Amino acid sequence: MSSIQERQDEIIEEFSMFEDWMQRYEYMIELGKSLPLIDEKHKTEENIIKGCQSRVWVYAEMEKDNVEFTADSDAIITKGIIAILIRVFSGQKPEDIISADTGFIDAIGLKEHLSPTRANGLVSMIKQMKMYAIAYNSQQNNKA
Amino acid sequence: MTNTSEQILDISKIREDFPILKREINGKPLVYFDNAATSQTPRQVIDCIVDYYENKNANIHRGVHSLSQIATDAYEAARETVRKHFNAEFAHEIILTSGTTHSINLVANGYASVLKPEDEILVSAMEHHSNIVPWQMLCQKTGSQLKVIPMLHTGELDMEAYKELLNENTKLVFVNHVSNALGTINPIEQIINLAHGVDAKVLIDGAQAAPHLKADVQALDVDYYTVSAHKICGPTGVGMLYGKEELLNMLPPYQGGGEMISEVTFEKTTYAGLPHKFEAGTPNISGGIAFGAALDYMNNIGFDAIAAYEMELLNYATSEIQQIEEVEIYGTSPDKKTAVLSFNIAGLHPYDIGTLLDKMGIAVRTGHHCAQPIMEFYKIPGTVRASFSFYNTKAEIDAFITALKKAKSMLL
Ligand SMILES: Cc1ncc(COP(=O)(O)O)c(C=O)c1O
Repeated sequence: MSSIQERQDEIIEEFSMFEDWMQRYEYMIELGKSLPLIDEKHKTEENIIKGCQSRVWVYAEMEKDNVEFTADSDAIITKGIIAILIRVFSGQKPEDIISADTGFIDAIGLKEHLSPTRANGLVSMIKQMKMYAIAYNSQQNNKA
Repeated sequence: MTNTSEQILDISKIREDFPILKREINGKPLVYFDNAATSQTPRQVIDCIVDYYENKNANIHRGVHSLSQIATDAYEAARETVRKHFNAEFAHEIILTSGTTHSINLVANGYASVLKPEDEILVSAMEHHSNIVPWQMLCQKTGSQLKVIPMLHTGELDMEAYKELLNENTKLVFVNHVSNALGTINPIEQIINLAHGVDAKVLIDGAQAAPHLKADVQALDVDYYTVSAHKICGPTGVGMLYGKEELLNMLPPYQGGGEMISEVTFEKTTYAGLPHKFEAGTPNISGGIAFGAALDYMNNIGFDAIAAYEMELLNYATSEIQQIEEVEIYGTSPDKKTAVLSFNIAGLHPYDIGTLLDKMGIAVRTGHHCAQPIMEFYKIPGTVRASFSFYNTKAEIDAFITALKKAKSMLL
């Protein structure tokens, strides 16, 4: 299982091969189509990420000691962005997700999506994923 | 391609007036089709703001010194320009505000002490949130009822339903002159006449009408009319509330402060007369003056020519976009529309289209356009809205259509 850092490096490497924005976005659209989809029953109001122009749902479950994310959105580019996040965070330990740096977003040329006013709410997605990790982390600590 | 209006208006010369139109976005020449959100600013208006700070800056209505008088004269001259443009009877019926939102809140706040629980307020289903939320807040305070004038699938108001809603308890009616999300021009003459038939007062939100057509408040016999300067080539943070003299005299002041008083003791304050009663504090002086300059600029070009040319752009864009399969246009009431093209492509999210268009240098608005009830009506998350202005060209529309086709092929 590769670490968060390794996966980020892998993604940076992949994106560095693209020459222009078109290729980058075409790839994101592809990634969006491969998103691990959230179970319909988890598409609830409570799992919606607020502040997005498109609707985004994120859900997380624990598989052994790792957090597994699923998600969906009605916009394909948003799905691509969240697919990238899931590739980095899914299957990782809660404490690693909590402490993960997300600077790689900048490195792959998606910095514009990091602006807090940007309507796709990438920042809110990251926050939501970290919140899940925090919740599962404290659950584990309580059991221990 | 027939370039008739483009030549009559000399669009290339007009474009020279707008410095921002020369810039690039994402390495592509800017195609600015988000004019309904805010218009671009011509050199003449920018110069007016610079000239104010270089030559006229002083506080107004208070100094005996010459500079203050110069600034005051310029500000009051702008008020007169606004009056003339909208054909108000008196300059003191023109309250200079920070924009439409401020203007509407000023009126809504005033009615808090006038309305009773049995009173009813009508608001149309195609309003901007600015023309919904202040009235909801008002009704919470007064216990009055807020009722909605429904719309039809064509994006027009259901006038039959409106007639039925009107009754002797109706005190206020709020409708936009032009819908920002759809571009529909509402039949406000008829709306006003019918409301007056039951003695209700009417506020018309003219934010989206002002860039495209000239409203005559006396001919309309409208009670209140609101405008934002930034949508008519003026600066942000300034606008107008027109109100009939007797109504503005009746309404209590909105904010207290300097400028709006005639006498203050700790026991009692008497308010200044119109318009100062509603203009507490130091206003946006340079903005007010530039608002006048913006109207002068547009009147110089001429609203008839502007409307004719924008219609040509809209018709061209509409027929071009209809060549693309599975495009649905919202707001289809023919010839009762300003230059707004609000649409979706089946199966695609407006956000995706907007993001890719932006990458190609084309600025459109996507989303609910601060008019969520309209989106709910059509059961859609939002639309892509391209809104045109007199400085846009058919060549830009061609670039937009090409980019749209490209975005579609990438997304499908
Ligand atoms: C119809 C309508 N009303 C009100 C407003 C609000 O105007 P402002 O933000 O300038 O106060 C807008 C602006 O988008 C509008 O389109």
